[in-house]
Amino acid sequence: MTVLEQPGAYRPTPPPAWQPRTDPAPLLPDEEPYRLLGTPAADALDPELLRLLHGHLVRGRRYNTQATALTRQGRLAVYPSSTGQEACEVAAALALEERDWLFPSYRDTLAAVARGLDPVQALTLLRGDWHTGYDPHEHRVAPLATPLATQLPHAVGLAHAARLKGDDVVALAMVGDGGTSEGDFHEALNFAAVWRAPVVFLVQNNGFAISVPLSKQTAAPSLAHKAVGYGVPGRLVDGNDAPAVLEVLTEAVRRARAGGGPTLVEAVTYRLDAHTNADDATRYRSDAEVTAWRSHDPVELVERELVRRDLVDADGLAAVREAAERMAAGLRERMNEDPDLDPMELFDHVYARRTARLREQAELLRAELAAAGAADGSAHGGGREGTDR
Amino acid sequence: MTTAVAATGRKPATMSQALNRALRDAMADDPAVHVLGEDVGTLGGVFRITDGLAKEFGEDRCTDTPLAEAGILGTAVGMAMYGLRPVVEMQFDAFAYPALEQLISHVSRMRNRTRGALPMPITVRVPYGGGIGGVEHHSDSSEALYMATPGLHVVTPATVADAYGLLRAAIASDDPVVFLEPKRLYWSKADWEPGRPEEVPGIGTAVVRRRGTSATLITYGPSLPVCLEAAEAATAEGWDLEVVDLRSLVPLDEETVCASVRRTGRAVVVHEATGFGGPGGELAARITERCFHHLEAPVLRVTGFDIPYPPPMLEKHHLPGVDRVLDAVARLQWEADWTSPGSDSGDSRGSASGARGVPGTQGGAR
Ligand SMILES: Cc1ncc(C[n+]2csc(CCOP(=O)(O)OP(=O)(O)O)c2C)c(N)n1
Repeated sequence: MTVLEQPGAYRPTPPPAWQPRTDPAPLLPDEEPYRLLGTPAADALDPELLRLLHGHLVRGRRYNTQATALTRQGRLAVYPSSTGQEACEVAAALALEERDWLFPSYRDTLAAVARGLDPVQALTLLRGDWHTGYDPHEHRVAPLATPLATQLPHAVGLAHAARLKGDDVVALAMVGDGGTSEGDFHEALNFAAVWRAPVVFLVQNNGFAISVPLSKQTAAPSLAHKAVGYGVPGRLVDGNDAPAVLEVLTEAVRRARAGGGPTLVEAVTYRLDAHTNADDATRYRSDAEVTAWRSHDPVELVERELVRRDLVDADGLAAVREAAERMAAGLRERMNEDPDLDPMELFDHVYARRTARLREQAELLRAELAAAGAADGSAHGGGREGTDR
Repeated sequence: MTTAVAATGRKPATMSQALNRALRDAMADDPAVHVLGEDVGTLGGVFRITDGLAKEFGEDRCTDTPLAEAGILGTAVGMAMYGLRPVVEMQFDAFAYPALEQLISHVSRMRNRTRGALPMPITVRVPYGGGIGGVEHHSDSSEALYMATPGLHVVTPATVADAYGLLRAAIASDDPVVFLEPKRLYWSKADWEPGRPEEVPGIGTAVVRRRGTSATLITYGPSLPVCLEAAEAATAEGWDLEVVDLRSLVPLDEETVCASVRRTGRAVVVHEATGFGGPGGELAARITERCFHHLEAPVLRVTGFDIPYPPPMLEKHHLPGVDRVLDAVARLQWEADWTSPGSDSGDSRGSASGARGVPGTQGGAR
């Protein structure tokens, strides 16, 4: 039930008055991305956490390869793969509590799935049967946003409203390196800072905005540096180091929940696949570069750590892989069913109540469908009644 | 400064190649012409319209910008103030929206507010329209937004030759031009060679693509092939349809439109954009104002539905196709007592069963 449906339940409290920053969190990011794996601190990582991350990462990789395969079979109109970026996707989902909200961009299907969304519903946008295939309230995942950076102010607004209402809800918003150039990115950071909104901005710096490298996107020493001008702490983390990303995000979420305001996290990662299946990445990057990043693979990094500390045996690894295969097989099977589409739904949900014009246009389509059904002998009765008339 | 055109006869070319050629020739002819946008350099644009330009003219003339449409168009304003002729690419129709502030508040009215001191010779290229299976935000037809903004020219080619000629004219224009590129025609082919730009009718001229006597289909961009196909199909029913390709929405060539409607006495406007508040309304109004005594039937509109652009699996139901055009043509057999359910307009509506016929040959025609 939304706030509007509960008269009297909404008692706004004024936002905290502006005060000079006394927050001890330093604004400037470190020079080097924060890492855990491969450092002495890795020894202290909880084995259960590593196993949890590993399972998610292996499933995530398999999800990406399966979805990409589905584009080749024509089952998906397009798929922007997050292969190579699974650590960010998984950590974004795991850093949040159930009551928090995730604001993904179009590349972040995996984060949505890691948060519990039905994988098929999460792919609806990309398959092309409806724009958002899930109820955002169910898992508190906003619709995957295609216009870049536009979801960021939404996250700020939601977090702000929750704060006004007295709920300790945090919003985590994801954006790419290219998206940080958009005006919406700047406005969102500024609003969040001024309102001290409980928001975490996660920039996945995967090296490219389609073909444009980071050097043509910004002259800043890092994207995390952008936070400083807004009075927001910036954090730099190795985006392929899943426990490190999770730790930095969890800390930022904790700070936001405690009233400490927003954080901008830049995760340095790499897009191993092309921008989408429709893109030709050989035009703008070398094989050597891709190969170099393959040796810093987020899935393997965690797997190596489990093996190094003897936290998993061959059977354990095989079990994780089998689970991922089962997930992929299920996804494949369900995606190979033709979606059940009713063209009459075109006129639903345009307005709360269908207008006379839309009723008229719906009648036109109904007649066309009936005529077509009569012509090809199919039982298509011209569609069902609309739901919002 | 010549446009090198080898007179070696006409070869098959796609609309995207013609657009690329127009940019190349314009840049070669005039060093003030600069191309900027997202991915236009190394990649050559996601539709490859700017392919090879960065290599040929350098990255200062064909520039990969940061990802910020308001920034792209806003900096183009400053470049134009300083004597350049920027050609900016908006990657997809819906991604031009962040730049609307610049377009409406500055680009369109800079000349006016400076009493002519600051013209804006900017070309804004916008791939638009549906039919390519694009996901959300990749298929909008927003021409009405641009048409409703005084100070802008709005043009859209439907043929390979026009793609070249109109883009050259847009770049040469001392006023801002929103250049709408019908995505689904990018790969359409014709035998073509780049002629001199002035051989193609310029901005503000419509062209009659098919002569006919019984009614006029008025259309542009992606709907032109639909209308031509409908006109062919209608001959079977005895209809001889004229097809007018507007090419330029602002300024509108009312003379060509009205001359045609006066000849045929009947008109249907066809476009993908939504009907309500859409371009067809303006055309119907102008035709009614100027040709009232020649009209034998109300001006009808066949348009996209008044809904947000649907997901790709359903777009075929939304886009006006040949059958919907033919049904509208059938309804032109107007009788005085013809009434419509919810008759606020006649657009997008028809008898799907399609009682088609020729005026005067079936009962009830006047
Ligand atoms: C406002 C807007 N402009 C342009 C586009 C087209 N576009 C889609 S993805 C993309 C590149 C995005 O790069 P980045 O933000 O780095 O994210 P990544 O794809 O690398 O995850 C572009 C230009 C868009 N979706 N929205």
